[in-house]
Amino acid sequence: MKKVRLVALGLATTLALASLAGCQSKSETDTKQGTDTNTDTSTDSSANAGGETYVIGGIGPLTGDAASYGISVKQGAEIAIKEINDAGGVKVGDKTLQLSLKFEDDQATPDKAVTAYNSLMDSKMDALLGAVTSGSCLAVANLAQEDDILMLTPSGSAQDITKNTNVFRLCFTDPLQGETMAEHMITDLKFKNVAVIYKNSDEYSTGVYEAFAKKVAELGGTITTAEAFADGEDFNTQLTSIKGTDAEAIFAPIYYGDASHIVTQAADLSMTLPFFGSDGWDGILDTVTDKATVEGATFLSPFFSGDKAAADFVTKYNEAYKATPDQFAADGYDGVYVIKAALEKAASTKTADLVKAMTEISVDGLTGEKISFTEDGEPQKAAKFIKIVNGEYTAE
Amino acid sequence: MKNKQIDKQLIKNLAIIVIVFAAIEFLLYGDLLTRQFRSLLIPVCINVILAVSLNLTTGFLGELTLGHAGFMSVGAYTGALVTMNLNLPMIIEFPIALIAGGLVASLFGVIIGVPVLRLRGDYLAIVTLAFGEIIKSIINSLKITNGAMGLSNIELHGNYKNFGYVFFLTVITIFAIKNMVNSRQGRAVCSIRDNYIAAEAVGINVSKFKVMAFVVAAFFAGIAGVIYGHNVGTLKPTTFDYNKSIEILVIVVLGGMGSIKGSVIAAIILTILPEMLRSADEFRMFLYAVVLIAMMIFNSSQIKQRILSSDIFLKLKKTKKEA
Repeated sequence: MKKVRLVALGLATTLALASLAGCQSKSETDTKQGTDTNTDTSTDSSANAGGETYVIGGIGPLTGDAASYGISVKQGAEIAIKEINDAGGVKVGDKTLQLSLKFEDDQATPDKAVTAYNSLMDSKMDALLGAVTSGSCLAVANLAQEDDILMLTPSGSAQDITKNTNVFRLCFTDPLQGETMAEHMITDLKFKNVAVIYKNSDEYSTGVYEAFAKKVAELGGTITTAEAFADGEDFNTQLTSIKGTDAEAIFAPIYYGDASHIVTQAADLSMTLPFFGSDGWDGILDTVTDKATVEGATFLSPFFSGDKAAADFVTKYNEAYKATPDQFAADGYDGVYVIKAALEKAASTKTADLVKAMTEISVDGLTGEKISFTEDGEPQKAAKFIKIVNGEYTAE
Repeated sequence: MKNKQIDKQLIKNLAIIVIVFAAIEFLLYGDLLTRQFRSLLIPVCINVILAVSLNLTTGFLGELTLGHAGFMSVGAYTGALVTMNLNLPMIIEFPIALIAGGLVASLFGVIIGVPVLRLRGDYLAIVTLAFGEIIKSIINSLKITNGAMGLSNIELHGNYKNFGYVFFLTVITIFAIKNMVNSRQGRAVCSIRDNYIAAEAVGINVSKFKVMAFVVAAFFAGIAGVIYGHNVGTLKPTTFDYNKSIEILVIVVLGGMGSIKGSVIAAIILTILPEMLRSADEFRMFLYAVVLIAMMIFNSSQIKQRILSSDIFLKLKKTKKEA
């Protein structure tokens, strides 16, 4: 008898919990719609036919090691969405849509990205701005094709991501960065012998390095030594080995965390070779202890917060989040505007129309003027070289 | 009399499995699950397999191993390479991939099991940790595994559409490990944990059983890896790092060392919990950690003891025995 009662109690609790969970999500959407209609009425009452919302989903790391990237993209996108909604929304055909962003955490792991993607589909995502990291992009790209959804990755740079027709990317691919830097160093700056230090456990670093090495050989330069590391904070072995060669410059396609250790240790070894980096170097001035060690270093970046065109965004970002935006924030911001442009051009919210419109638009963004997209999903925009002069980033 | 009891237990277990399976299939085909939960079905199964197999070495053999993700990655890469290179229908190539993944992983189990025979306790833990890292760096530097870029576009044989297979594999794993533990070999494995010297003194071939436990655990970890690769569709060496091993260990510890039922329940809870906390955004992993601490404290606290020895619970146990 008791047993039956206990089972019944158990069932009742689960039921109650389940309904509670249901309620919670429902009330959430209710309030969301509520606020949406509020903003609708406050901004423009005449243009709104029903006040529909277009949901942009985002996937990126909000926790874990790579959290700063995801958070930056999310915050940049939020600013863009607020700007667009404050200006009345997006005019799609004869309707005006409000945008809303729903950003889910994937901890930069592919399997979490899949659940994040599915959870976004549960919340009726219309287009995907993501994922932020390459591995996650590869994991969700096929799902997005199955569901027929426009996918625009702000920062996923692995080559294979844009294989599907519905996937576009806003950043440069890893190989393109390597090639651009090789041309800059060998053709523009006339270096003959270059040393490389890269992280072989990282797909980004390896991808940039491989293309760089190929291009350098093509242009007649020599890579004196390519020093690989997997993890760690001690680079003395690699640096000493580079010091023993007749390299004129060091190319380090790595993230700023490792880069700051490397430049400090190079200075300790009294090495004066100029450093060149990939876009992962953005943010190095905040992590390096002595700014003199990175003096003269040059890296590629699509975005420069000191640009005049970006001034407005930088102020808004600073007001909202008390921080200077990095390239990921700019990528997120531009991503939203690209989706907006595609919506306006297509005059429809159908994915097939949006994909077609993507190849026809040209957007003046923070990460490049007149950004357009090829049918392969690759962006066409100019790269910016950023040089550290007197302890500050300057556009070259 | 005893046989009858065993039969009854078996029938009961089978009934539970069939009911659970039918319920999930009903939810799946009736489209009653949200997509988020649908995509969690397979990860839950994978974690159950991983936790139950790790329990064999950690719970029953009593050796702390920190390299389980290494076995998983070996299986995952082997399985993925098999299906990517064989262009056969799923019904043929997926079982081949599963067996190949399991076998290669168990081969690594032998490789790791033999040199660590002379080690025990902390020493063994560190060595398995190192082996996990070695496997990771081998995968990182091999051409066939595509190095740090990893493999992508693996056919999705192990996703929710084939939940039936994955569920079946999970059940097989649980049964295999459970039966093994209850067999002569399993008792020998447990005796090594309880008293190494006594076990040796009564003539148990300690080395043999140690390696056996390692190999069996590695085999099932390899299978879990194959399913993982065919569920997500991409593989990267960094996924199978030290943290992944710890994640599995956490499940085993929470479920209770040497408790298969506990491992299953803990695997389900710990896979679903972080997803339930999605609305917390940036604080998600913080909350997860807090809940984890609370659960661990509860699990080893007096409160749990009191609940277990309370009147209701004892009566419940009694009625169960009578029935």
